[in-house]
Formats: sequence, structure tokens, C-alpha cells
Amino acid sequence: MKTWNNKAWFMVLPVLALVAFSAVIPLMTVVNYSVQDTFGNNVFFWAGTEWFEEVLASDRFWAAMGRNLAFSAIILAIEVPLGIFIALNMPRRGWGVPVCLVFMALPLLIPFNVVGTIWQVFGRIDIGLLGRGLYALGLDYNYVNDPIDAWVTIILMDVWHWTSLVVLLCYAGLVSIPDAYYQAAKIDGASRWAVFRYIQLPKMHRVLLIAILLRFMDSFMIYTEPFVLTGGGPGNTTTFLSIDLVKLAIGEFNLGEAAAMSIIYFLIILLMSWVFYTVMTNYGTEKG
Amino acid sequence: MSFSWMAWTWPTATFFIVIALLLISMGVWEYLSPGGNPRVGVLRFETTRGDRLFVSLLGAAFINLAWLGLVGPSLWWALALSVIYAIGVFRSV
Amino acid sequence: MAAGKNSTAAADTIAMRRTTAAAAVGEAQAEIGQTMLRRGRQSRFWWLVPTIYILFLMLPIYWLINMSFKTNTEILNTFSLWPENPTLRNYRVIFTDPAWYSGYINSIIYVVMNTVISVAAALPAAYAFSRYRFLGDKHLFFWLLTNRMAPPAVFALPFFQLYSAFGLIDTHIAVALAHCLFNVPLAVWILEGFMSGVPKEIDETAYIDGYSFPRFFVKIFMPLIASGIGVAAFFCFMFSWVELLLARTLTTTAAKPIAATMTRTVSASGLDWGVLAAAGVLTIIPGALVIWFVRNYIAKGFALGRV
Repeated sequence: MKTWNNKAWFMVLPVLALVAFSAVIPLMTVVNYSVQDTFGNNVFFWAGTEWFEEVLASDRFWAAMGRNLAFSAIILAIEVPLGIFIALNMPRRGWGVPVCLVFMALPLLIPFNVVGTIWQVFGRIDIGLLGRGLYALGLDYNYVNDPIDAWVTIILMDVWHWTSLVVLLCYAGLVSIPDAYYQAAKIDGASRWAVFRYIQLPKMHRVLLIAILLRFMDSFMIYTEPFVLTGGGPGNTTTFLSIDLVKLAIGEFNLGEAAAMSIIYFLIILLMSWVFYTVMTNYGTEKG
Repeated sequence: MSFSWMAWTWPTATFFIVIALLLISMGVWEYLSPGGNPRVGVLRFETTRGDRLFVSLLGAAFINLAWLGLVGPSLWWALALSVIYAIGVFRSV
Repeated sequence: MAAGKNSTAAADTIAMRRTTAAAAVGEAQAEIGQTMLRRGRQSRFWWLVPTIYILFLMLPIYWLINMSFKTNTEILNTFSLWPENPTLRNYRVIFTDPAWYSGYINSIIYVVMNTVISVAAALPAAYAFSRYRFLGDKHLFFWLLTNRMAPPAVFALPFFQLYSAFGLIDTHIAVALAHCLFNVPLAVWILEGFMSGVPKEIDETAYIDGYSFPRFFVKIFMPLIASGIGVAAFFCFMFSWVELLLARTLTTTAAKPIAATMTRTVSASGLDWGVLAAAGVLTIIPGALVIWFVRNYIAKGFALGRV
């Protein structure tokens, strides 16, 4: 049981100041921009709720939102089962453990734009191994011109980049299972599926929740990798919310509309984080 | 150091002052009666009054957005709806 | 005098606890090893899945390394699985041109600054969250986490003006502070998980033995969560190292990160693929080195200390 101590606030103060500086002031500014119009030079005109109406009525926004949701759903559907499967097949002891961990964590440590560059040079039909290989197999693959190929490449890139996160989290859950559980299961003659369903999955439940939370949120704010790989193209077929937002704010200098879009985007993120966080903490208290 | 780029307007300033006042009053309330009155409401998990305020504010934001998207730009009705919603949240969640 | 004796006694108790804990961990590992051995006999092909997965991970990286040792003519005109005329020319370009290598130095400077600031600020806060209840603690924790979840694109819009107002544009500290937005919450989250694993009795024993809070924190508590600090530092390093959007927004020349140098050179100089590949390879190396140091804690760290 934790003790009540309001002096603990002083320990939190530095963190509060650091994060508030970069979070609260920009957020307030975004709110201010979203109700005004500007042509530069810090001259602003009151616009009321016009920008919000415009964003909510724009096909462009909903299309980007739809693409983002589809992308998150697809990568979760691939990465979570694949991550669990790989984690179940990882060695638990011996020289294989550090080798697996180091190699699997490597993609996570590569700067986002380099990930984009790697897949750009890997997938190109003139110089890339993947592009050349698929071409040699007789497939008409070209991620620069074909929307479906672009999507396949981006999803493949994300699976390559982030599946290891799910693997490592599940692995952390699996190694915490005491040997006695497996022995008991063996005595009972439990099948492989029963061991997974009643011993391994419950142990992974909590870490899986963290994995899904992180993967969902990070895929929902994805920017750099697809921007480097496809630049949002061909056309607008891989323009996700963040890419569209940056295009609108910096490319078109449409601050008001970009700010309104930021706020809607942020509110959705806030709702989702709250749902995930509530599920996560309540699961924790139920099971102790 | 100039902050003109923040482009403050009275409506947005009022908005943030109201939020700040809400947070301060919640802090005072919590200080006077600690624990946050936890209970299990219609959402079937434990909430404190801080959670209820958060749900009210977030819900109000979405109500206003939905009103803008579906009905029209006069937000007073949406605001009234939000207040009714907030009362509902504080009573039953 | 008496206080000194007490403190050594406390240190002894703690040392004893740590050895017992270490022994327990050793036994658990031996058990897991036996299970693994048994499972290994059951199916001889367990290694197949990790091997295929690692091959899939390494293939694109190999292609980048392969390209970095080729000349541009070879890249564009012949298709070869390994460099036919290996050349170090691409790396020489990077190590001799200040526009290139200063990018690495800039990146490393702000990443290290950010890691130090994030962990230093997060330590006391994580202790407060793991040991005490205080006014609004849960909401504060949630608010911190939302900043980890919020898209940088949302904040990037006024970031330039904010940091200009403080005269910080194009300095390393600006990027380091901006990255605190998502790294500090993450560090608090990880450290809180590790600290909650340390029994509260240790704090109480130390206070009874006359330790002041700062002395207890530095001398007893920090060694106990050393692995947690390492993991938190690793994650701060990682997310600061890989982030580009904010880093690029806040810098122009003097503090420009290597990642931004790469994108700009691509658009300006008509695609020097060899140099681009070499620069990419060089950005992978610091990450690989850091992983090697934390390899034993990496799984626990990804679980944010909560397994």
C-alpha cells in the first residue's frame, strides 16, 4: 500500500516543467491558430469554427483517416500473431538468446528515414534486390507507380521494422513462466494448444496489451518511413494523417486548417490512449 | 522574447482559463475530501471524479465536433448538450 | 558513530538480499534451460523460425551494406549480389566532408544530452509514482503518457516559433528538449516499473538506519535499479536517435542531424546512391553497439519493467 504524501509533487516538478514546456504551450498555440486565419507576419483574423467545419467536410481528411485506420488494422493483424509465433519459437537459453535478441532488435535502432531509405533501395526495380527479384519472377512490381505495390511495400517495411517489438515483449512474458507450470501441464497430458492457451497466453496478456498499445499508437502517427519511401504517392494513395498534416501546414502554409486538423487528430489519439490505458490498468488491478 | 506568435484571442483564452479553473477546483475538492469518491458505474470499472471530469470534457469535445460536422456552426446547442452529458457522466459513470 | 554502524548493518542486509535474489535468478535460469533442452529434443526444428525471421530482417540491411561498397556506376549499370570492385570511396566522402560528418557529431551530441536530461528528470518522478500517492497522481501519469502517444506532427507546427522565441533554434539543446516530450514520459514509465519491483522495506530500513533521502537514493536505491536506469537510457537514446521530424524542424545548419543531412543531399545532388548507402550504414552502427551493451535486459525493458 502506498502512503499519501503530497510532497511527492516536488519530485515530479522537473518532469512536469520539461514536458509542459514542449506540450502545453504548443497545444495552446494550435488551439489559437485553429480559430483564426493568417497570411504570415503574425497577423491573425478571427475565423471562428470555419476551419473545423472545413476539415470535417473535406474528403481529403476522411480519406487520410481511413488510410491510417486501414494501415493500423493491417499491421496489427500481421505483426501481433507473427510476433507471438516467433516468440514461442525463440530459444530460452544458450548462445542463441543474445544472438536472436541483438539481431531482432537491430531494426528498431535504425533512424526512421534510414528505414525508408533501406526499403527504397531494396524495393526499386532498377537497383533493388526485392524489386529485381520480383521482376525476375515475372511479377509486374513497381512501388513508385502502382498503389497496391506501394501499400504492400509500406506494410512489409513496417512488419520488418516493428514485429521485433512484439517478439521481444512476448518473449519477456514467456521467460517469466516458471518451469513447474510446464511440468504440471505435461503430467496432465496437455496438448501444445492447451499449453499455449492456458499457460503462455495468460502470461503474455499484459505485455501483449502494451505491444498493441504501442504499435497502434505508433502506426497511427506514422510519418517519416512512408514519406521517405513513397512521399505519400503515387497520387495520394499512401498519404497518412501525419503526412497530410505536414503537407498542409508547411507545404501549403494553411496554418488554420492544419491546426484544426491537429486538434481533431489529437482528440482521437486522446480517446484511444484513454481506452487502452483504462483497459490496461483495470486488467492489472483485477489480477493483482 | 515575444509571444505574439501564440496569437491569443479572448475566446480561446477564456476556454483555457475555464479548463485551468476546473483543474484547480478539482484539486481543492480532492484536497478537502481525498480519495476521489471511487465507484463502479455504468462503464463497469472503477472511476474517480477526476476520471469523470476527463470523460465529460473529452465527450464534450466530440459532441461539439459532431455538431459542427452534422448540424451546423451554432455551437450553443452543442454546449448545452455537453453540459447535460457531463451531468449524466458525473451521476452515473 | 552509532549511525555509521547502523548504516553498515543496513548495507549488509541489502547485500545479503541481493545475493539471495541473484541465487534465485540463477536457479530459475537453470530451470528454464532444462525446459528448453527438453523442448529442444521434442522438436529439432525450433531454430528454423528465428533463423528465417532474422534472415528476413538482415536481407535489406545487407543490400544497403552491399551498395555502400559499390561505385555508382556499378550500382546503376550492373546487378550484383556482392560488390565486384569493392571501394571505400563512399565512406571516404563522408569522413572527409564536414557537411557529412558534422551531422553525426550533431546527432550524437543532442541524443546524449536528451538521454541525460530525460533520465535525470525521470528518476525522482518515477520514485514518487512508485512509492507515494499524491493529489492527482493517476491523472498526471496518464497525461504524461498521452505525450508519448501524441503525434509529433501535431506539435511540430508551433515548435519552430516556440524555440525561436527562446532563441534556441539550430542549437543542440533545442532538439534535446523537444525530444524530452516523448522520452521523459517513457523513462518515467520504465523506471516506475523497475522501481515497483524493489521491495518498499528496503527504503524503510534505510530511513530507520538514519539515511537521508538523497544519500539513500544515490547509495542504495540507484544501484538496485541500475539495470532499469540502463534500459531507460537505452530507450531514450533509441527514440531520440531515430526521430527526424522534430529534429529537422528545429535545426538549419549548425545542429543539423545526420538523418536530415541524408534527405537533403538526396534531393540536392542528384542521388549519389553509394554515399547515401554508406551514410545509412553508419547510422546503424551506434544502435548496434548500444544494443550489445543492454542485450540481457532488452526483453525486460521492452516490457517496461513489468513482466
